Amino acid sequence: MLDRIAKAQQQIDHACRTLGRPITVMEVCGTHTVAIFRSGIRSTLPEGLKLLSGPGCPVCVTDQGYIDAVLELAQRDDCIIATYGDMIRVPGKDGSLETCAAKADVRVVLSSEDALQLARDNADKTVVFIAVGFETTAPASAVVVKEAAREGIKNFCILSGHKLILPAMRALLGGMNDRVDAFLCPGHVSVIIGASAFAEIVSDFGRPCVVAGFEPLQIIEALAEICRQLSNEKAELKSIYNAVVTEQGNVAAQRIIAECFEAADGYWRGLGKIEKSTLVLKEQYRRFDAFARFGLSDEPGEDLSGCRCGEVLCGLIEPPQCALFATRCTPAKPIGPCMVSSEGTCAAWYKYGRRS
Amino acid sequence: MAQHEPERILLAHGGGGQLTSQLIRELVLPHLRNEALSPLGDSARLELGSTSICLTTDSYVVKPLFFHGGDIGKLAVCGTINDLAVAGSRPVALTLSLIIEEGFEKPLLERILQSIGRTARENNVSVVTGDTKTVERGSADGLFINTAGVGVRLPGVNPGLDRIKVGDKVLLNGTIGDHGMTIISQREGIEFESRLVSDCAALADLTCMLFERTGVKFMRDATRGGLAAVLNEIVEGAGLAIEIRDANIPVRPSVQAAADMLGFDVLNIANEGKFVAVVSPETADACLELCRSHPLGRDAALIGEVVASQGVPLVELRTKIGGRRIVQMPYGRELPRIC
Repeated sequence: MLDRIAKAQQQIDHACRTLGRPITVMEVCGTHTVAIFRSGIRSTLPEGLKLLSGPGCPVCVTDQGYIDAVLELAQRDDCIIATYGDMIRVPGKDGSLETCAAKADVRVVLSSEDALQLARDNADKTVVFIAVGFETTAPASAVVVKEAAREGIKNFCILSGHKLILPAMRALLGGMNDRVDAFLCPGHVSVIIGASAFAEIVSDFGRPCVVAGFEPLQIIEALAEICRQLSNEKAELKSIYNAVVTEQGNVAAQRIIAECFEAADGYWRGLGKIEKSTLVLKEQYRRFDAFARFGLSDEPGEDLSGCRCGEVLCGLIEPPQCALFATRCTPAKPIGPCMVSSEGTCAAWYKYGRRS
Repeated sequence: MAQHEPERILLAHGGGGQLTSQLIRELVLPHLRNEALSPLGDSARLELGSTSICLTTDSYVVKPLFFHGGDIGKLAVCGTINDLAVAGSRPVALTLSLIIEEGFEKPLLERILQSIGRTARENNVSVVTGDTKTVERGSADGLFINTAGVGVRLPGVNPGLDRIKVGDKVLLNGTIGDHGMTIISQREGIEFESRLVSDCAALADLTCMLFERTGVKFMRDATRGGLAAVLNEIVEGAGLAIEIRDANIPVRPSVQAAADMLGFDVLNIANEGKFVAVVSPETADACLELCRSHPLGRDAALIGEVVASQGVPLVELRTKIGGRRIVQMPYGRELPRIC
């Protein structure tokens, strides 16, 4: 392994020297962000190659309005909130699910199935599943909605905050941040949507896109491939995660997403409103939509004062450039979601990179 | 929420990370401060006439009560023995308090008591006094256990953070993450190809041998918060830095796979049969050899060394690909009710 790493590093060094300008690569997957920090990859890269974390952490990109809707639900005594662990500490205007949990009934689940089971086991309460995530978690939400419909379970609904990654990448290149030279494409999302989905980024924007897994070797080799393409001035789509990712992706998963959800305009933290970027339940499943059932607002919320997570998510600043970073905003007392989520850029900087 | 809402205790306050330490420093210590308590060691050291003892207490709320490799009873004996052992004492006696929920099945309680008896006998400690309380259904999750323990300090053995110096080596007695990943996978009903087994074990036999025969300067068991928490406590207490090598840290592949799948950093995961020892460079190899000669230290490794601190005391990890990163004190939320 070390031979291949050394070879890839040589290619990167060579490209950075010969290109004569800095290279900026963005990863748009929280698992990549963590893997890069955890393996210390940044410390092995030449100065000319800059890695930026984009809108890849599902909790982080969730708009403040959605967080406020979740916390509004947590004030109800007729609901059980079922959520993935990462959402539990995201602060809203009035605390987080963690601080509300000392009063409200908030349960951390590892799967959407666990949430549905809670509904079966608690007939006197409505279980609301906090359904966030990209194309990776959307199929699991769709499955339980279909199951609930089939079984006639009425005390279950989902608050869909599911997002699609491609519209966000297009929004970035379409004006939010055009400094990005290339994308390290997400491994997990690509399993679902297929590597070929990123072809439009290459053809429409001329940016290299390389799909990689999460082993340090894969990431470094993907960076070497990106450097090679930039040196040759030819953007291509390439997947080096062929053990897991296919061209077309998981067609069954795509089908079940399409059966239950449709793409709608949605709000993202930092990126604002993006056309057809969020998944809402289709008409025939609308009765499982928690926004509709509880009359919750899906309008954008106001970011907490001073928090620059939005700019971090767009790769416009790095976490230490935010005045709150590691001062008022820490993992123990987070202000922005990028400090809360274990996949958040600020949390990764704080956890693996902070020296004071 | 109104502004006058009182702050509440969070599950994370019991996680053994930053929040636990904050709770103890801000809420507990101001009311109870004294010479024996203030160092906040694994055990308090007390002089009773001419005898020097260690005293400790610990409560056990693990869920599930039975797990691969142990149960709450075995854990309650081993955990308290280990707190005495790493402080440089030989454990002699335990107390046992049972808080039992109404409706708890007697055969289960008997199995747990059998396990307590067996573990105590195997480790030459006696349960010498105890208490039983019952609470209404819903007031406790089956069974909670508290044990306190007394150990006699080993003569001439005086471990302390103040003895740690630049150049000292860091010794770990085996694989990390086994207990925490076993509990979380069993709790969530996730089965992996090879079954995970807790490392729950009493370490006194091994630690006494190490203390008596080698120059161990400091030792702490790596429970809640895992290896990351212990190393951070050491650098903070000693005002020095530690550099560890990822390649030297023993982790079972099945544990690593489970941690990766669930998104945990194995350095933060709880252990129940592991300690970190800081030893002088001259004695490091002898310590390692001695450790490996014991069944509970077979996979022992020297994982890093103490280095000078560049301003702030930090734990730094050299990764397998030659990169560097910081190892922070865990926050505390990752795994509640792990022990």
